[in-house]
Amino acid sequence: MDWIIDKNRPICPQICEQLCLRVAAGQFAPHEKILSVREIAVAAGVNPNTVQRSLEELEGRGVLYSVRGSGWFVGENIAHAREVLDDILAKKTADYFEAMRILGMDSAAVKEYVKEWKE
Amino acid sequence: MSEIVCCTNLSKTYGNVNALKNISFTLDSGKIVGLLGPNGSGKTTLIKLLNGLLTPTKGEIRIGGQKIGVETKKQVAYLPDNSYLNSWMTVKQIVSYFADFYEDFQPEVAYEMLSRLDIAPERKLKTLSKGNKEKVCLILVMSRKARLYVLDEPIAGVDPAARDYVISTIINNYNPEATVIISTHLIADIEQILDEVIFLKNGEIVLQSTVDEIRTEHEKSVDELFREVFKW
Repeated sequence: MDWIIDKNRPICPQICEQLCLRVAAGQFAPHEKILSVREIAVAAGVNPNTVQRSLEELEGRGVLYSVRGSGWFVGENIAHAREVLDDILAKKTADYFEAMRILGMDSAAVKEYVKEWKE
Repeated sequence: MSEIVCCTNLSKTYGNVNALKNISFTLDSGKIVGLLGPNGSGKTTLIKLLNGLLTPTKGEIRIGGQKIGVETKKQVAYLPDNSYLNSWMTVKQIVSYFADFYEDFQPEVAYEMLSRLDIAPERKLKTLSKGNKEKVCLILVMSRKARLYVLDEPIAGVDPAARDYVISTIINNYNPEATVIISTHLIADIEQILDEVIFLKNGEIVLQSTVDEIRTEHEKSVDELFREVFKW
């Protein structure tokens, strides 16, 4: 999974979102150690201070917890990470329907189109 | 969080040209700060003042509470906008030159970064490409354990892939107690690693803000805001 950063939005919530996606997708199991601040900063090409703030934010929500001297781990509140994932799925789907509407397909037609879609 | 740089009513004039006009600002430690402005806005003048290469016409600069002098120079690692190294020297000679010169220079850090770039220490500087020479200069600066890093146009002369290298070098060597000032006009390439920005225009500060404030308040990237502020 690549880190995709939109420069028009504050970066901190974007890092939170993308970490939640990884947790929700099962890339990290509960109590498993995740990447370090620096590793995330280098991979996403963002400021380490921003990454630190994002991790603290997720710690506040129970998605992550930190152990002094050994790093960051996945916490118990995976439900929050799933909610974030659901929100993004809903938003992407709504965007898709909107894009199709502009192309002249109403939602019934889009649903039919998706059902017939072959990958 | 402590204050690392403090400028009060700072002015610099060259003859009858006012390069900096009565600017005041402070920077906290632990920040990556972008010093942004079009050509001729006073970026390099400000940087040279921070390094004691120029003296202010009026006003005062303090670094870590001290006036510019030997003690502040020990704490400031400076990457100038043009190379000042002897091109007949080998990379190894330059590394040991730096190790002699700066108490806080860490040769092992420099060699590790050089080997990651496949630059052999036996190479003479003049046999390196322009981009690689610039990378060597950056490595030398980032191998110091300074409190303030001042990088004047670190990405102007290198290709986009090398820009990514420069950015990851800055992130990798960044220490949370130190502050990094990066002057550039290539904002889009660097803005995602900045905490704060200072916009300079005709020798005056037109904006000092955190980048997340810019993104939240203006709903646009620093690059877009810059284009708006400096529209002509």
